This record gives sequence, C-alpha cells and structure tokens, in this order.
Amino acid sequence: MRKLLSCLFVALCGFTGIAGASSGGGGGGCTPNAPWEQWHANASVTSLSSLQRGARNYVNYCLGCHSLQYMRYSRIAEDLDIGEQQAKSNLIFTGASIHDYVKSAMPAKDAEEWFGRAPPDLSLIARARGADYIYQFLKGFYVDEGRPTGANNLVLKDTAMPYVLANVGGQHKAVFTLQKCVENGEEKMVRHFDGLETVVPGELSEEEYDGFVRDIVNFLQYVGEPVQAKRQRLGVWVILFLVVFTLFAWMLKKEIWKDVD
Amino acid sequence: MNDEVDQGRRHFLTLATMATGAIGAGFAAVPFVASWKPSARARALGAPVTVDVSTLEPGAIMTVSWRRQPIWIVRRTKEMLASLAQAEDRLKDPSSASSDQPEFAHNNYRSRKPEYLVLVGVCTHLGCLPKTRFDPGAGDGVGPDWPGGFFCVCHGSKFDLAGRVFEGSPASANLRVPPYYFPDDNTVLLGESGSAATGVA
Amino acid sequence: MANGNETEPSKAPATGLSGWLEARFPGHKFVREHLTGYWAPKNFNFWYFFGSLALVVLIVQIVSGIFLAMNYTPSEEAAFASIEYIMREVEWGWLIRYMHSTGASAFFIIIYLHMFRGMLYGSYKKPRELVWLIGMLIYVLLMAEGFFGYVLPWGNMSYWGAQVIVSLFSAIPGVGDGLAEWVRGDYSISGITLNRFFALHVVALPLLLVMLVYAHIMALHEVGSNNPDGVEIKKKKRADGTPLDGIPFHPYYTYKDMVGVGVFLIIFCAVIFFAPTFGGLFLEKPNFEPANALSTPEHIAPVWYFTPYYAILRAVPDKLTGALLMGLAIVMFFFLPWLDRCKVKSIRYRGTIYKVFLGAFAVSFVALAYLGLQPAEGLYVVLARLFTVIYFAFFLLMPVYTRFEKTRPVPERVTGHA
Repeated sequence: MRKLLSCLFVALCGFTGIAGASSGGGGGGCTPNAPWEQWHANASVTSLSSLQRGARNYVNYCLGCHSLQYMRYSRIAEDLDIGEQQAKSNLIFTGASIHDYVKSAMPAKDAEEWFGRAPPDLSLIARARGADYIYQFLKGFYVDEGRPTGANNLVLKDTAMPYVLANVGGQHKAVFTLQKCVENGEEKMVRHFDGLETVVPGELSEEEYDGFVRDIVNFLQYVGEPVQAKRQRLGVWVILFLVVFTLFAWMLKKEIWKDVD
Repeated sequence: MNDEVDQGRRHFLTLATMATGAIGAGFAAVPFVASWKPSARARALGAPVTVDVSTLEPGAIMTVSWRRQPIWIVRRTKEMLASLAQAEDRLKDPSSASSDQPEFAHNNYRSRKPEYLVLVGVCTHLGCLPKTRFDPGAGDGVGPDWPGGFFCVCHGSKFDLAGRVFEGSPASANLRVPPYYFPDDNTVLLGESGSAATGVA
Repeated sequence: MANGNETEPSKAPATGLSGWLEARFPGHKFVREHLTGYWAPKNFNFWYFFGSLALVVLIVQIVSGIFLAMNYTPSEEAAFASIEYIMREVEWGWLIRYMHSTGASAFFIIIYLHMFRGMLYGSYKKPRELVWLIGMLIYVLLMAEGFFGYVLPWGNMSYWGAQVIVSLFSAIPGVGDGLAEWVRGDYSISGITLNRFFALHVVALPLLLVMLVYAHIMALHEVGSNNPDGVEIKKKKRADGTPLDGIPFHPYYTYKDMVGVGVFLIIFCAVIFFAPTFGGLFLEKPNFEPANALSTPEHIAPVWYFTPYYAILRAVPDKLTGALLMGLAIVMFFFLPWLDRCKVKSIRYRGTIYKVFLGAFAVSFVALAYLGLQPAEGLYVVLARLFTVIYFAFFLLMPVYTRFEKTRPVPERVTGHA
C-alpha cells in the first residue's frame, strides 16, 4: 500500500516536471520578451492609509470613466474608516448619496463614441485579472504617436484608454530593438523590449509615483472582495476552534476504542 | 468488557467533545440566521429620506414613501390643533403611554413642532392604510362628534389629528410616529431622530 | 400524550414521548439497524473516512445552497449581479457562497478518493455490485449537478463552459443539432437555459441525489461493509450471531468519523478563509467577468473535476469520436464489477500486474486532469493521447490481466485495526 502510494507520487512528480518543461520551452527563441510580467504589485489590503489614498486617487483619476457598480460609498467609508462627512466631501463628486453605488458620471453611450468601447466597470478587475495586471497596466503606458490617444500600453497593446496619469507619472518612451533569433532552424527578427525612458518627468518622483499606483492597486484589490481582510482574521479563530474540537474528538475516539481488541 | 476502563475520563471526554461540537454548531448557525437580516441593499433603500415641506399649505397633507411605508406629513392649522384637546376623554391612550413614538414626540400633539404632524400611515390594527377625514362632523362612517382625523375603512378604527386612537376602535395603539427631525425650517429628514437640538431649527 | 402512558398499568418498554413515538415511527429501529446494531469490520483505515465525509459535504451543500437560493436571481440580466450582491451586501453572504463553491470541489475530491478506495479494496465485487452501481449513478448525477451549478453565476466561463458542453450534443449524427437546441431552449445559451438549469440544480437533482444516497447506504447495510483485507466478516460469528471481526458502527465509527470530520473541516475552512478561489481552480478568474456572448475567454477549461474527461475529449481530433470516448470513459466504471475477474478483493493480496495497472490508471487520471486545464497544443495533446490509452487499457484489458493474476493467500480474519 505504502509502496503503491509512493510510486504514484514519484510518477506524478516526474510527470508534472515534463509538462512544466514543455510549457516553458514551447515558444523557442522568437517569442518577444515581456519583462513587465515580472513587475509585481505585492498588493495588500491591510494598510488603511494606503487604501484611503487609493480611494482618493481612484475618484480623482479613474472614476470619471470607470464605475465600481457593486460598491457603495457607505461601504468604502465604513471599511476604510473614513467618516461619513469626510467621505461625502472627499469621495463623492457626482452628487450621489452616500448609500449609492459608485457610478461614473460619464454616460456609457458617450464613452463608447469617444473611446470606441465603453470603459469597463472595475469592481471585479482585481479578481478577474489579478492585482499584478493592474499594476503592470498602469505602469506600462508609453508615448505612441500612431495611436489616437497618443499613448500605447505594454500589457494591453493598442488600449483605447488614454494615459490619464501622464501629469502625475510623466511621459515615457518605450525602447524596442530588433534582434536576431532562430526558430525551427530559420533566422528571424524579433522585437526586443529594452525598457522605458522618461521623456517628460511627472509631478511625482519615480518612487512616489510607484506608491501612487500601488495605492490604486491595493484599493482595487480591496474593492474586488471587500470582506477579504475580515475573512482572513476570522479564519484564524475558526481553525483554532476546529483544532480544539478535533483534539477532543481524537482523544475520545482513542478512549472508546480501548474496548476493541 | 474491559475492567480498566476509566469511566470518569470517558465521561469527561464525551462531554467535552459534545459541548465543543454544540458550540461549533451554534457558531456555524450564526451566518445563516444573520443572513436574514436586512441586507446592505435593503438598508440603503431604507436610508433616511429628505422631504421638502416648503410648499405644504396649512391644513394639507402630503404622503411620502419611507421603507415602503406611506409617511404622512400634515401641516396642522390652529383649529386642527385646538381640536386635539376637545375629544381627549374619548381616546384610548391620550398621553400615548403605550404607543410607539420617538421620545421627542411624547407630547399631546405627538410631534417635534406642533404645526407639523409626521405619522406612519399604517393602521396599528391590521396594517390597512387609513383615509384622511380632516373636516369635523358626521359623514361616511363617522358620527356628528367627529373632530377631524383619520379613519380606517377596513375595520373602522378612528384616529384624531395627532394619530391617537378613539375608544370603540379595533386598533388599540395610536398611529406610529417615525424618527425624523428638521435640519432647517423647510426640510424634514425622515428616518433619523437627530439630536435634541436639531429638533427645531 | 405522556399522560396516556402513565395511566397504563403494564410496564411499557419505553414511556413518555419517546415511547409514544416508538409505537408509531420506526426511529429506534432505524438507529438500531444502521448505527448501534450495524456491525462494521474493525479494521477500517484512513480510506474509510470518505463515505461519511461525503455525507457531511452533501449536507453542507444543501444547507448553503438553500440560503444562496434565497438571494440569487436566476435571470440573464440579474444573475451575475445577484452573486456580487450575495458576496457584498447580504450579511455573511460571502461565507455561505464560499462554503458552497468550496463544497463543490471538496465533494469531488472526496468522491474521487471514495471511488479509489473501492478500487483499492475491491469493494465493487460480489456481493456489493449494486452498491457500486448506485454509487456511480450518484457520481454521474453529481457531475450534472456541478455543471448546472457552475452555469448559475453567469460569469464568462459559466457561459462558455455551458456553450461548449451543450454543443457536445450536436455531435450526435442526425438529431444532434435539434437536441442541443432543445437542451438550450434557444439558439445559443441564454437566460432561458439559465432558468431551466437553475430548476434542475436546486430542485430536481438534489432530490434525486438524496434518494440515491439513501439507496446507496441501504444497499451497503444489506450486504455489509467491505474492509482493507477484503475479508467477509459475516463468515466468522460469535455465539450471539455478531461477527467476530465486527464492531457496532455506533459508538466506534461515529466517534472515529468525528475525528475525520474535524480534520476535514480544518482543511475545508482553511480553503474557505484563506484561499477561496484556490489559485483559480475552485473559482476561475474569467468567471469574475459577466457572461459575454461576443468574447470567449482565452482558453476555456471546465472546473478541475471535469478536466480528466475534457482532456480525453480534446485528445481525439474528431468531435463525435471524442464525445463518445468521453462518455465511454465514465461508463467504463459501471462495468468494473464484471470486468475484474480476480477472486481476491483487496490490493493487499492482489498480484503485481493489478497494482501496476491501477497505479498507471491513477496517474493517468490525475495527469488527464492536469492536461485538461492546459491549452490543447503540442506536447500536451500527445501526452493526453498517451494517458487516454492507459486509462482505457486499465478497463478494457482487465478481463485478461486479472484472470492470470498471481494473488497472495487471503487471511481468514481481518488483520488488526487502526
């Protein structure tokens, strides 16, 4: 029995190894590099001050177009420990009631005309795409005169979204070089991304801007599942309780089973 | 079966396991029971309502909806207020001792300002919506001694112009007064009692 | 009622309310037959926890499901939003929803281990063929229940998952397209489909499942439980007629199972509270976007518990053959009691050839589950084909290799207890 299980285990490990290797090496040498995929947001919803700043940044820079249709102002105020009065004066610019959902002031129809598609609701963006994606997207804008918005994005190529954070984060140029590569014995050229270069500095230093973006990411992570911090705090107690129960049950079982010989 | 069984230990462990299990089951029931409480949506829809009363004429009534209940706001005239004292001996609960109202409305005219009467327009008998009959005197269902008030056609309960129930009505309690206050002279905020100071702006 | 009994001169075996009830309802009889008087082999090991755990999860799913149904709206326009309403606005709604979504995956993990236990110790063999068949029926219904339930949140993966699975019906020659249309009630998956899936998920299938689970347990208690030694304990009895190697289910196994339930709940709650999406396996990322008939998720993969069959489906280039093979992969289990010709039940005393085949089968099953989650390209397809062949070889060659199996002698009595 033990032997069989260990055989299974070894076989599985070997198998996942093969499969892992195959997925890593599938592209050959001609896949364009994407170093931004390694930019991690390290999102966390435990810092109230970061979430508060994120909420402020969001209503100032994002809410013009992107609603949070499943989120109420009152819930944000309560969870982020913002007083009702303060929330009314600092978060609500659309004339909404504090009990309302966070809706964008822009009519979806106009938005579709202006941008070609309606800006998506972002209530669940952190759950659908992950916090890192938002971070990479917000940090991935670069100047591209060929686009109607004058900007392009590393993560979401040809995004319809203009670079609304340009004043804060500054304008960047993406440096691409063409490099030779070999695929299936054929020599080809592949576009290699070398990095972003600042062309026009923004109001914030690079480090400050990074914090600015992270605050937004943390806020959206919170918005994706407002209960998550509470959920984890509660989980610890639940599991501790269950451990006590299991311990008692185990001791009782041991005791009762003394009868069985 | 086994002479060396420690019955005390066995007893204790059974008790401890069962007690922990019962407590756990109790905890596990909490989310399910609590999920029946009004949700955030229900609470948002039941949030306080601001009502502009600047256009309300003396002697007129307006009905607004708060928490899916009709709320009456009556601007009482001097005559209407005077009628309150006339029929007090025929009321079941003239001082509203056993009726439901916020502390601020615990007076003879049952309101923050004598002029404005704010009531939940739901009969305290079985939940019908009473009709208004402000003119004194006999007529559909009320006798000649009628001082003006509210009349419920369902089962014939009668209330005066402070929502107090008359003797002989099936309803036993006065009409309920919701929590409210006046943020300013022309506005009623329904659903919150405010502080004592904000009662009269 | 109690008074009626007190005035009786003769001493009744039980008085008061319980006596009154006993005379009218077979409650005590039920407890006697299935708990205190049900004699189970004393050598159950770890693998024997999963039956009672499946029952626990069934109850969790029914209770949490009832409370979810109180706030869920089965309509095209409101379904997705009503899930977020549950997650954010209903008091504790998030916990009830995570219980249900995690419970679905837990159910399948437990059922798969429960089935594997049956294969390890030959629990499907005579006289327990019917127990196995009812169990397999439960498994198939559970897959249907899981599929319908997965559509309800009306996320983009719900939508496209339903689209793909229902399209499988159109593989049937002649009537296929009409059948798929009939199942959907529309030309593609729509609110009409959602409504009928909702009705099946919350009423029809749970009813059937509960009835079948009852039948499964009744059938088991009729023939008695198997055990890790595959020895029939009914053969050796004490003078009072109770089996020598048996112990009453209650208190011994009720208390033992309580430990199993405790350990299970620790793991279950760890997932609920710390990893409810389980890295996108239990709740998939594309399902946090509402259903969109104009945009397919980058790669469609069903929830993990269907992926072994999905991998088999994709391993075959032809749609009809693929669908057939997928169906056959499930049907194979039903024939297990008759494919296996070996007289010995437990793996402990079976030949190396069976151990190798069973091991290869288990590896294939897990590998196919993994491959079903990957894109169908390159090496993945080759591996999926290889493991599909092993999967079927296990069943189809079974009448051959089990006949010539070199088994070890089976003991007269069970060996020890855990």
